[in-house]
Amino acid sequence: MFAIDYEDLGTPEAVPSGAAVTLEIDGQPVTVPEGTSVMRAAALAGVKVPKLCATDTLKAFGSCRLCLVEIEGRKGYPASCTTTVAPGMKIRTQSEKLMQLRRGMIDLYVSDHPLECATCPADGHCELQDMAAVVGVTESSYARGAMHRPAAKDESNPYFAFDPTLCIVCSRCVRACDEVQGTFALTIQGRGFESKVAASQDQPFLESECVSCGACVEACPTAALIEKSIIGLGAPERAATTTCAYCGVGCSFKAELRGEGADTEVVRMAPDRAGHANHGHACVKGRFAWGYATHADRVLKPMVRKNIRDEWREVSWEEAIGYGASEIRRIQAKYGRDSVGGITSSRCTNEETFLVQKLVRAAFGTNNVDTCARVCHSPTGYGLKNTLGESAGTQAFDSVMKADVIMIIGANPTDGHPVFASQLKRRLREGAKLIIADPREIALVRTAHIEADVHLQLKPGTNVALLNALAHVVVTEGLTKEAYVAERCEPESFAKWQAFVAEERNSPEASEAITGVAAERVRRAARLYATAGNSAIYYGLGVTEHSQGTTAVMGIANLAMSTGNLGREGVGVNPLRGQNNVQGSCDMGSFPHEFSAYRHVSDPVVRKSFEDAWGVQLQSEPGLRIPNMFEAALDGTFKGMYVQGEDFVQSDPNTHHVSAAMASLECVIVQDLFLNEVAKFAHVFLPGSSFLEKDGTFTNAERRTSLVRKLIEPLAGYQDWQITCMLSEALGYPMHYDHASEIMQEIARLTPTFAGMTFEKIGRLGSIQWPCNDAAPEGTPTMHVGQFVRGKGKFWPTEYVPTSERSTSRFPLILTTGRILTQYNVGAQTRRTNNVVWHTEDLLEIHPHDAEERGISDGDWVGLTSRAGETVLRAKVSEKIAPGVVYTTFHFPETNANVVTTENSDWATNCPEYKVTAVEVVLVNQKDAWQKRAQAERALPRPARRRKPDRAPA
Amino acid sequence: MNIDLLIKMVNEISAFFAVETDQDQAVRSVAHHLKRYWEPRMRVQIIAYYEQRQGAGLVELAKRAVAQLAAESKATGTQTAGVSPKPDSAR
Repeated sequence: MFAIDYEDLGTPEAVPSGAAVTLEIDGQPVTVPEGTSVMRAAALAGVKVPKLCATDTLKAFGSCRLCLVEIEGRKGYPASCTTTVAPGMKIRTQSEKLMQLRRGMIDLYVSDHPLECATCPADGHCELQDMAAVVGVTESSYARGAMHRPAAKDESNPYFAFDPTLCIVCSRCVRACDEVQGTFALTIQGRGFESKVAASQDQPFLESECVSCGACVEACPTAALIEKSIIGLGAPERAATTTCAYCGVGCSFKAELRGEGADTEVVRMAPDRAGHANHGHACVKGRFAWGYATHADRVLKPMVRKNIRDEWREVSWEEAIGYGASEIRRIQAKYGRDSVGGITSSRCTNEETFLVQKLVRAAFGTNNVDTCARVCHSPTGYGLKNTLGESAGTQAFDSVMKADVIMIIGANPTDGHPVFASQLKRRLREGAKLIIADPREIALVRTAHIEADVHLQLKPGTNVALLNALAHVVVTEGLTKEAYVAERCEPESFAKWQAFVAEERNSPEASEAITGVAAERVRRAARLYATAGNSAIYYGLGVTEHSQGTTAVMGIANLAMSTGNLGREGVGVNPLRGQNNVQGSCDMGSFPHEFSAYRHVSDPVVRKSFEDAWGVQLQSEPGLRIPNMFEAALDGTFKGMYVQGEDFVQSDPNTHHVSAAMASLECVIVQDLFLNEVAKFAHVFLPGSSFLEKDGTFTNAERRTSLVRKLIEPLAGYQDWQITCMLSEALGYPMHYDHASEIMQEIARLTPTFAGMTFEKIGRLGSIQWPCNDAAPEGTPTMHVGQFVRGKGKFWPTEYVPTSERSTSRFPLILTTGRILTQYNVGAQTRRTNNVVWHTEDLLEIHPHDAEERGISDGDWVGLTSRAGETVLRAKVSEKIAPGVVYTTFHFPETNANVVTTENSDWATNCPEYKVTAVEVVLVNQKDAWQKRAQAERALPRPARRRKPDRAPA
Repeated sequence: MNIDLLIKMVNEISAFFAVETDQDQAVRSVAHHLKRYWEPRMRVQIIAYYEQRQGAGLVELAKRAVAQLAAESKATGTQTAGVSPKPDSAR
C-alpha cells in the first residue's frame, strides 16, 4: 500500500533526452519528455488510466490488461504502460469497448478475491477495490470455482503478513524486490492457476533471503502484503514528512498517523518517493523498527542520585536540572573550569548538538566538548580537510548512477547503509565495475546478479599499504591524469607524493607480504580504477577505525586526485557515515578544537564572531577529546560530564578502562531515552525525546540537511534542545528559543556553509546539501567543481606504519568488528524492537580452520580474550572471514565486544582502532565473570514508566 | 594523564610526518599538530616529561617537536601549570 497521500504516475520518469513530444489524450494536448509512457503522460495531464500491475517505482510490466487504450490509426488496444508516446499520437482512454474489456478483467480478478472489503485492513486504500469501483464491478459474474482462499497466511515476519488469498499475482512485490531492493528473494512460482508468490525456496518470509526492506509490502496493490501495524491499529489518517533516525543515508519518510493531540499514534513509516536520499526506498530499520520510541523501557521522569551505587530517585525537572547545574558549578569551583565537559551525539539533531557545544563553550566556559564521531569518522574530517579542503564527502548518493567503476573500501553497504546499497546494486546491474577492499567477504563480493570484479581481501590494519600499492601502479604505469593534477593540485606536494609512492617498497609486489593481497590483483584493481572514466570510492569505518585511519583517508584522496576523479558527478570520495547525523554533529562544532564549519578555536576572527553572538569570552585552546576525558578523569583533573544521547560505555573501546574513568567522576548528567550503559555511572538522568517527538534537522552522509518533524508530543514533556536550554539557564547562562528553527537561524548566522539554510527553505526544497549560501542558494550536490575548496589539492605522502597491535603466540588471531543489517550501533533502539528475531546476540565469526584447531563448532560458547579484557559469546563458523581473522558485532551489552578492544587509536584524531585487536579464542562452557555481574545488575528493578500499552509493533 | 600513552601518541604523530624530506618542516608539523589538537594539560605534561627525562622513549622527531613546544612555552610564558582557572574568568 502506497503512502496514503501519494499520487502514482504509473511508470517511471523517462531517461532524459532533452526532446519533448506533444500528443493528444482524450482530446487534450499534452507535452511530455520523449520516452514517456502513454500512462504517465496521461497521469501528468490529470487523466487516470485504470491500472493494477503498474506503479511508477517499477518498470512497466504490461500484465494486468487494465490500462488498455485506443490509439488512432493503430489496431487493437495497446497497454498504456508499455507504449511510449509519439508525436501527434491521439489517445482515447475511455470508450465503451475499453470499459467492457476492463470490466471483464476486473470480473476475473474478483472471481478469486474475497469481497469482504469492509473488514479488510486495506479498505479505502486497496487498488483492486478502487479499480472495481471505476469499472462498476461489485461482484464476480463467474461461478465460484476453485479459489486460492484456503491458502494459509504467512505471519512469520514480525512486521508484515502475507495473505495469498488476497494476492492477485500482479508481480509488483517480486519486481520491487528485484528492481528496488535488489535482493531477488521473491518469485512467482508455478504456472496458470498455480501461480503464487513465493519467498526463496517457497519458505516462510522470515526464513527466506528476504531482508524485510518492505518494498514488496508498499508495492502490493491489495492487502496481500500488509504491515501488521495497519492490521493492529487501523488505517492511517494523515501523513507528515520526516527523516529517519538510523544510519547516515538519512531517508525521508512519510510518517502516517492516527489520532489527535496526545493520542496521536504512528501507524507506519512509508518511505517518501520524493525523498532525495532514498527515492521512496527504505530498510528494515527505518521502515519498521521505530517501536522503541514507545517501549516500556523509556524513562519519562527526571531522576537523581548522590552516588552511583544509590537507587535512582524520581524528582521534578526543576530539581534534576538544578542539582545537575549546581554540581557542575561545585566541581568547577573545586577543580577548575576545565574539569568538566560535554558529549554530543550523532543521533541528535543539528540544533541539539549545536546547543550542547554552545552550552559547554559558553556556559561551562571550556572547550571540553566532543562527539561520538570521534570514534567513527573523525579521521575523515581531518584527512579530507587537509587534502581537499573540506571535512565532508564530495558527492550526492545519486552520483553513483554515473560511476563506471565503484571501489568500496572497508564498508559493508548492504548492512550498514542498505538503502544506498540498493541504489549501488542497481548501478552495478547496469554494468558498472566493482572493486572491494575488505578483510571479509562482504555480501557485495557475490550476491544476486552481482559479482565483484576484484576482491582485495587484505589483512586487517594494512589499508595504507594497499592504498600505496594502488597509487604505485597509477604513478609507475603512467595512469595519472597529468593535466588535471597540473591544473588543480599543488605541484610540490604532488611531486613529493609521486616520488614516495613510486618507491619500490610501495609496489604491489613488495606490499604483498604486508597486505596478503596478490600483486596481480592490486595491479588489476588500480588499472580498472584509473582508466574507467568515472571512478568513485566509497569507504566506511574499515578505513577510519585504525591507528592509521587518517593516513588511509588521505591515501584515498591522493588516489582520487591523481586520477582526476573529483569534481564532477560519477566520481568522488564518499565516506559512508554510520549514524544519521555524524556529518551534522561534526559540522555543528562538536569537536573540541573547532567551531561550526570546522574553524579552529584559535582563529581570533571566528572566535570573536561567536563571542559577539553569545556574549561571553571563549577559550582559544582546544579542549579534551573523549578518550582524553577518560585519561583526565583517571588522573583526577576531570570530574563532571553532560552526555546527550550517547552510550560510549558500550560503544567505546576498552570498556573496563572507560568504566573506571566514569566511576571516578563526581557528576555525570545523562540525557537519553533509556537507562543505557553510561547511565550506570550517572548522577542525574534527564529523559530525552525520540525523533518522533521533536523538531530539528539531520545532515546525512552526502551533506544533505533534512527536516525532522515533531509528530507526537514529547513523552517526557520536553524536546532535547529545550532540556539543554533549561540546564544552561540553571547554570546562569540563559539561552532562549521558541522553536528549533530559531536555533537554525543562529547556526546560519554563524556558519558560512549553512548561511542560506532555514527550516522554511529546507521544507520547500525537500532537503539541502551544504554549502548553502549566496553562491549556492539551493545547496551544492557535488563539491570541488572547478577547484578544490582549499584552492589547490594537496597530496600527502602516506607512509605505512604497522599498528602496534599485532598477533602474538598468546593472541594469535586478529579481531575486527562491524555491524549487521537488523541492529544499529549499540542496539539501544533496535534491541527494543522486533528486529531481535533476526539477531538476538553478537556472534563471533571464525574461519573453519581456526575453529577446527581449537575444537570449536558452530554455536559453541567461546571465550574471546585480548590484552584489554575478555568476553564470552557464541561462535559462527564461516568462510566469509579469512583464516587468522575473527569478526563480531557490538550491538549487545551482554557480550560487549568493546571489553576486548584496546586503547590504540588513530594518530591524528584518536579514533579508536576497533578494527584490529589481537585476540585468542577458546572453547568455554560459561559466561565471563563480568558478564555475570552485568547480567545481575540488569536484572535489578529500576524505575521506568510507559505512557500507555504498546499497540504498535515493538 | 598516563604519560606512556602521551609518549605513544607523540611518536605516532611523528611517524606520519617522518616521511617529510625536510626534517625541520617535519618538526614544525608535529609541534603544530600538538598545538592544534592537544588540550593544554596534555602539552604541559609532555613538556614536563621531556624536560625531566630528556624525552626518554620519544623518537627523535618527537623529541625535537616537544623541545620546540617547550621553547615556545618558555618564550611566551604560557601554559606551565596544569590547574585551570575558576569558571568566572571565562565569563
